[in-house]
Amino acid sequence: MALRHFSRSYPVLGGAYYLAGRAASDLKRRLAEQECPAELTRRVAIAAYEAEMNICIHAIAGEVEAVVEGEEIRLVANDRGPGIPDLARALAPGFSTAPEKARALGFGAGLGFTNMQRCADEFTLCSQVGRGTRVELVFVARPEPAESEKGGRQ
Amino acid sequence: MRLSSVVEALEAEVLVGQEAMEREVPTAGGCDMISDLLFFGKPGMLLLTGLTQPAVVRTAQLMDISAMVLVRGKRPDEAALELAREVGMPILVSPHSLYDCCGRLYARGLPGVIPATGRPGSARST
Repeated sequence: MALRHFSRSYPVLGGAYYLAGRAASDLKRRLAEQECPAELTRRVAIAAYEAEMNICIHAIAGEVEAVVEGEEIRLVANDRGPGIPDLARALAPGFSTAPEKARALGFGAGLGFTNMQRCADEFTLCSQVGRGTRVELVFVARPEPAESEKGGRQ
Repeated sequence: MRLSSVVEALEAEVLVGQEAMEREVPTAGGCDMISDLLFFGKPGMLLLTGLTQPAVVRTAQLMDISAMVLVRGKRPDEAALELAREVGMPILVSPHSLYDCCGRLYARGLPGVIPATGRPGSARST
């Protein structure tokens, strides 16, 4: 199935917990408006929210860029922040360096990257210590009936 | 289970979504970690939580959650209420604890959102 083209860049401010989720919410609304399948819309929204929260919790600032083109939805989250010294460790489920403030709000279970990997069809993470982190996620709209939720069956 | 039956079982007050009481919730889950909710939440579920800030409403909306119950008489802050009205997320408040709310609903046949695996500590990877 083909989706209508749009691209948008959402700025995300580090520490602005009250604003986080706006990008994911806007993206969800736009996808729902063009009748993107609900299951795919939900996966994109969840991954976008995780990406936003990571910037909000760990970085000074960044942005989540969304590009919808044909059958593909691409999200790129870029931040200016401390970077990740050990990628393998950061990707391990349950590992988190979130500060107390984030945990008090219910974040920081160390499942963000795991969830992004589960939601997206492609996941790429690169980071430079002292510079920042970049996460790229690709979602593909497939014509066949989607499973109720992709991966990680419970 | 219908939301109106949830209200009755939990002796809850409806703060937002009085018009949604006919809505059916297939499953429920109790959770105070937004991160866990983002990982384990399922569309249509009822969320029972002690979290009251706008982020939990935002998360519930993104996860296609049907309604939220705030436990132990907790009141959401005004920003959370406003967001709930804006996105149409029903909010109920029960005077009972999270444990008691879950027990009351479970006893009336509302199943949990994560099926038991029979293996302690296996929830994260299954």
